[in-house]
Amino acid sequence: MPLLRIEGVAKAFGNFRAVDRLSLDIRAGEFFALLGPSGCGKTTLLRMLAGFETPDEGRILLGGKDIAQALPHERPVNMMFQNYALFPHLSVRDNIAFGLRRAGMARGDIATRVDEMVALVKLDGMEKRKPDQLSGGQRQRVALARSLARRPQVLLLDEPLAALDKKLREGTQAELMELQRRLGTTFIIVTHDQEEAMTMASRIGVMDAGRLRQVATPRNLYEAPSSRWIAEFVGDINLFSGEITSRENNRLKVATRGAGTLVVSELWPPVSNDVVNVAIRPEKVKLSRRAPASEEGGSQAINRLDGVVTDVNYLGGVTTYKVKLESGAMVRSSVANTARLDIDAYLAGQRVVAWFTSDDCLVLEQ
Amino acid sequence: MSARRIFAGPARLAAIAPYLWMVLFFLVPFGFVFKISLSQTAIAQPPYTPVFDFTEGREALAAAFGQLSFDNFRLLISDNLYILSYLRSVMVAVTSTVILLVIGYPVAYGMARLPRRWQAVAMVLVIVPFWTSFLIRIYAWINILQHDGLLNRILLALHLVSSPIVWLSTDTAMYIGIVYSYLPFMILPLYATLAKMDASLLEAAGDLGASPRQAFWLVTVPLSLPGIGAGALLCFIPIVGEFVIPDLLAGSNSLMVGQTLWLEFFTNKDWPVASAAAVTLLALLVPPLVLYDRLQRRQLEGNS
Repeated sequence: MPLLRIEGVAKAFGNFRAVDRLSLDIRAGEFFALLGPSGCGKTTLLRMLAGFETPDEGRILLGGKDIAQALPHERPVNMMFQNYALFPHLSVRDNIAFGLRRAGMARGDIATRVDEMVALVKLDGMEKRKPDQLSGGQRQRVALARSLARRPQVLLLDEPLAALDKKLREGTQAELMELQRRLGTTFIIVTHDQEEAMTMASRIGVMDAGRLRQVATPRNLYEAPSSRWIAEFVGDINLFSGEITSRENNRLKVATRGAGTLVVSELWPPVSNDVVNVAIRPEKVKLSRRAPASEEGGSQAINRLDGVVTDVNYLGGVTTYKVKLESGAMVRSSVANTARLDIDAYLAGQRVVAWFTSDDCLVLEQ
Repeated sequence: MSARRIFAGPARLAAIAPYLWMVLFFLVPFGFVFKISLSQTAIAQPPYTPVFDFTEGREALAAAFGQLSFDNFRLLISDNLYILSYLRSVMVAVTSTVILLVIGYPVAYGMARLPRRWQAVAMVLVIVPFWTSFLIRIYAWINILQHDGLLNRILLALHLVSSPIVWLSTDTAMYIGIVYSYLPFMILPLYATLAKMDASLLEAAGDLGASPRQAFWLVTVPLSLPGIGAGALLCFIPIVGEFVIPDLLAGSNSLMVGQTLWLEFFTNKDWPVASAAAVTLLALLVPPLVLYDRLQRRQLEGNS
């Protein structure tokens, strides 16, 4: 039995179906991310877990008990708000102690717990300050300490890093992960930032139009997207539409419109439809001046595409190229800048061979 | 940019205009009143001495100045008619303010929780009575409260009373009038603070284990204190000096300062004592005014 089981939960606002019969299991101790474009229903789902919205149908089982209709203050779940929602009239100490006082904890125990939380989020010396005397990063820590003080079974985080600047955000991501590992609390984070979800979460649920499109580890989400939509939503990808012409030795031959016949390793479960897209991530498309020898692919088949470089974008760590194929189709390739000097760089107008192995690409149904 | 640059040209005029207004329409008239309060009553035109005549030279002016005294203020302290009317004014103002708060807070709270569209409608409904003259509205209350007025007829029709109740010329009538007249001044500042309160704060309180009732007392009320203070002072200050409502609706056995002042001025023609009473009233109202100003400033700082 998972710690949290969401069963056929639905919520509509008027005619708009924010969450549409969604089911999901979350295990104890997981760091789970709900990822999706704005308006996909991820925040509504989180608010139903916190108790701020009541599902129209379905059950939410926490430790086997249905809490779908319970009021917020009756749930062993706490939330960290996107705008932090710190009480402006209370000091840092009183903000953190708020939930403990409501729980009827003894005065001495509250003091001990607050000290513990203050140390945990490194806010020593700030206890007497009011929220408006703190920086954005410090406020974020108070909000975190306040939501963790009651030792919830599940901590809900609504875009917890959205209000921080980039540098601070990266540091805070690492701290959140460290904290989660140390406490063992189940974290459910809502974010629209896929990099953030990839970095922190052990599993990611991608939502669209009130439904879960795919639930997977960050690696599987990126390398084995279940659909074209996921492949395009998570990261960057080249797509060639075509038709499967043969299936032998676990390899598919796909006749594509833009890139001729491509060889793709068969996926499990196999695709049922013959009309597919061949998908390849830009960093897996290699460039060379001459056609690569077939040994470079090892035991795999190599797909070769001849073309001309049209665009070069130097981004520091990587350089991205756009290569125009003879068919007129474009292929994007990103190459890590492993050498400081530009001996490997290609110039716009240069003829190149873009190539990738059959294992590095995959087929996706329409 | 330096302060000097900001206050150059027309901008400087705009900056001193309020002070100019204060000097012309408050400080100068107050100076006259204060001077009269230090004079003696006389059967003359104007009805007090001394009169400063700037055409009669410096010595005459100095002699006139020597005649000024604080006798009228001593009279105010020694005669308990004045002390009692000050006390009554403060009592009436405190009681009214408490009633106004008890009625106004739920109304403002309800308004702030309406959907945006309806908030504007509710706001108009609160303000709409101002479109009718204040005096006419008080006369309307006389009509409602009189022996065969609307209120008594309703009570009789509902068999809640067997014979008409005397409302007019009672404190009850006065409180009805005051509460009715000042309610918008209580509701509007309360509404302003409650409407801008972040709804996620109440969610956070609930999330941290507070019941809706606890969330109200621990979060909503403390955060609306500036509004409570502003509304209370905005009502308390003018009610202390209120004249029309007690004069028209209350009985004549105990008077508020405003009425005493009116009596001294118009009936007894004792301008100096009336002026002294007015100056004293103003002095009594300075502390709450300063408090109000400080609350306003703190709220402005809080917003920036």
